Amino acid sequence: MSALAIETTGLTKRFGRQLAVDGVDLAVPQGAVFGFLGPNGSGKTTTIRMLLGLAQASAGEIRVLGEEMPRRLAGVLPAVGALIEGPGFYPFLSGTANLRRLDAADGFAPSASRAARVSHALERVGLTHAAGKKVRAYSLGMKQRLGIANALLAPRELIVLDEPTNGLDPQGTREVRNLIRSLASTGTTVFVSSHLLAEIEQMCTHAAVMSGGRLVAQGTLDELRRAGTTRAQVLVPASDAELAARILVSLGLPPEVLSGPETELTAPIPDGVAPEDVVAALVRDGVRVRGFAVQRASLEDLFVALTGEGFDVVQ
Amino acid sequence: MSSESSAAPSVLVARRPRRAVGWGFFVSELGVLFRRRRTWAMMAALAAIPILIAVAIRLTDGGDGRGPAFLDRITQNGLFVGMTALVVSIPLFLPLTVGVVTGDSIAGEANTGTLRYLLVSPVGRIRLLVVKYAAAAVFCLAATVTVALAGILIGIALFPVGPVTLLSGDSVSVGESLLRSLLIAGYVTLGLLGLSAIGLFISTLTDAPVGAMAATVVISIVSQVLGQLSQTEWLHPWLFSYYWLDFADLLRQPIEWSSFGANALLQLGYVAVFGALAYGRFASKDVLS
Repeated sequence: MSALAIETTGLTKRFGRQLAVDGVDLAVPQGAVFGFLGPNGSGKTTTIRMLLGLAQASAGEIRVLGEEMPRRLAGVLPAVGALIEGPGFYPFLSGTANLRRLDAADGFAPSASRAARVSHALERVGLTHAAGKKVRAYSLGMKQRLGIANALLAPRELIVLDEPTNGLDPQGTREVRNLIRSLASTGTTVFVSSHLLAEIEQMCTHAAVMSGGRLVAQGTLDELRRAGTTRAQVLVPASDAELAARILVSLGLPPEVLSGPETELTAPIPDGVAPEDVVAALVRDGVRVRGFAVQRASLEDLFVALTGEGFDVVQ
Repeated sequence: MSSESSAAPSVLVARRPRRAVGWGFFVSELGVLFRRRRTWAMMAALAAIPILIAVAIRLTDGGDGRGPAFLDRITQNGLFVGMTALVVSIPLFLPLTVGVVTGDSIAGEANTGTLRYLLVSPVGRIRLLVVKYAAAAVFCLAATVTVALAGILIGIALFPVGPVTLLSGDSVSVGESLLRSLLIAGYVTLGLLGLSAIGLFISTLTDAPVGAMAATVVISIVSQVLGQLSQTEWLHPWLFSYYWLDFADLLRQPIEWSSFGANALLQLGYVAVFGALAYGRFASKDVLS
């Protein structure tokens, strides 16, 4: 992939003595739907703030849409729509008035088409019925939608969405997913940060994983899945369990054994061993194989493997 | 990938030069300021000051000669209500409202989370400061004109109105005395510009608008207290509140402009210093709100 929508090298942010972001090299291809994953406090939002010129990097370089940041900030930002760490609106203004205000702040946005663009953006997020209501009376989900509408006010080349489905109900989540797909289909690069893995897995083409301020993985979704371990799952009658385990060990697949009416043996498949050869070896030695499955690592397995289990996450 | 080639030209579109003057954001800023119920509440409170004064004097039928400047003249001429009300509101009420508006300017946006969206929309940081300051100046004018106008109207309603005798002994027509009242409102507005710049600077220091508002009001009070102490006499001409009550020169014939000019110069100095400080602080500040 030649053209990159976002490129950082050695991006670092230090708050006092704490390293919030530590030498991050992001490469977001143009036209990608890029999932930016990581547990809370892993430096995702700080990275996004640096990409958009809200915070200054302590070290490293940033290029957005091919331009050096933050030097070319004023030229680049009109082509970027963003939802950053939740929506922020004036509670005493209506949804429409809020969007008009933010559009007026953009020196490039033509005022002649303002009303039409605002109502179109509201329509795209399904807020037309609440356009005249004060934001004070909006639910969390409605504010979130309004935040997304703000990102869609003008034709954008890059859309940055930080936790876009926060506070949305299942229908809202599905709509956001469809919206992101439709944006991607027009060639817009979408950079989505989330800690909801299923979400990312469903709509992204690429992903990166942050942990403790470092970028621990990055690539297409397939590349990332491949990096995780593939496991073989063998189902045999209990009487054959011991034999099966011996054979698996001899092939280099030390299994975890789960006993029941049928015994289930699972083991990671090492490189260079074809799953079909494992089945053949088992059958040749008389194991009555009742089931065999190859389990690809899910993004969640990879995520947990990279960022730690439970509350034990790297800080 | 086809989208790459289609995406390329629009980067060039984004690079086109910015329109030289954009009034849209300034108008929008004024809209936000004057659509807030808080702004109207403050203006209503300011308008209540001359009304209270006029009603109190009307009910007690004059006074015993004590009280703020011009108070004793009101019963003879209602046009003095506005001036008396300005004298009464200068030390506390006007600085209070100015502190609320300017202290809220940046810190309030940070607090509602709108600051980050304004900055990525993108409004340049300098442009944001300039527009915020300009809107605060408009508010200063609106506030003082509110006091003066409410005073004139209630004065006309409750007291006899006629030609005004100036401090120099000359007499001017009702029309000209109205013009002079507006001129005094302009003078008071000018005096508040330095405080506005201080408030804007303080507002860039914090994400808590209430703190910035309180600090601005406290500074205006400290300045006036220092202005009262003879021990700090060397400092007096440098205090932004030094000329606040010196609008008597505008009530002479011909008008004595020297205090107007000195006030303008002093306020300009404050605007330059605290504008530069606000810029220095805000231009490189990490917006983490």
